Amino acid sequence: MISLPVTYSLCLVLFFIGLYGIVTKKNAVKIIISIIIMENSVNLFLLLVGYRKDGIAPIMTEGMSVEKFVSGAVDPLTQAMVLTSIVIGLSVVALMVAIAIRIYERFNTFDVSEIKDLKG
Amino acid sequence: MIELFLILNIIAAIIALESKNLLSSIISLGGVGFGLAIIMLFLGAPDVAIVQILVEVVLLIILIRSTIDRDHTRIKCHKEFFSLVTGGAFLGVMLIFVILALQDLPQFGTAMAFGPDRIIPSLEYLSGSLSETGAPNVVTSVLLDYRGYDTLGEATVLFAAIIGALAILRKTKAEKKSKDEK
Repeated sequence: MISLPVTYSLCLVLFFIGLYGIVTKKNAVKIIISIIIMENSVNLFLLLVGYRKDGIAPIMTEGMSVEKFVSGAVDPLTQAMVLTSIVIGLSVVALMVAIAIRIYERFNTFDVSEIKDLKG
Repeated sequence: MIELFLILNIIAAIIALESKNLLSSIISLGGVGFGLAIIMLFLGAPDVAIVQILVEVVLLIILIRSTIDRDHTRIKCHKEFFSLVTGGAFLGVMLIFVILALQDLPQFGTAMAFGPDRIIPSLEYLSGSLSETGAPNVVTSVLLDYRGYDTLGEATVLFAAIIGALAILRKTKAEKKSKDEK
């Protein structure tokens, strides 16, 4: 029996929009935008997996017992990893944009199908 | 509530991909990123939401810088039938596998780490963070204490990528000469 949870499916739709963009778009900046969308959806998916219903943020407040905190907080590990991945994603995008700017200076276009010098 | 913002995100993503003007598509991308930050707040992840907002602002600046002084920011529309067909087939195959994989996931709202096959580190971090590291915020204690080497690696990747971007954008001597002659 096939069952699709709503939240995961919407996250999946976001991922597929990014994938569609990467496969079909010709403009270099559009491809970078698609990659960013995919990246966002993957980060969101990891957070969704670590979420617990009515969970509180994993920050201890004053007067909160450890037992109550452990039974109520959402998963801190996925959050820490997603934080790392977001920052790395930014640096990767900076690299991609640098390459795109170089391509524009060399060929005077963002269209990847018009870059013919690399073909043998 | 999360679903509502996700639908908004999806609409913004579609606009970002299908808009004919590059600048407006970049601004729509900002809609995706900031919507994501709001969803993160709903998911109980304020630290990640703050980082997401910060990164999104820097990202928009980088992307706008890449397009703002270019001549051809409007895109000529020519769709190729072949790439659409192969793309559609690729997406279809991917969709089948993803739906199969979704069947194995636990229900939304039952965190995987606290389910029947629980992952121990998350619970250890939650219960031991305050006494072991003295940090009430568990996410920062994981980042800077339990997994400090991971953060060091992240800083290394960041540094390498920025050096790479600078190396790509650097003007060589020949280029400077040809610019002077012009």
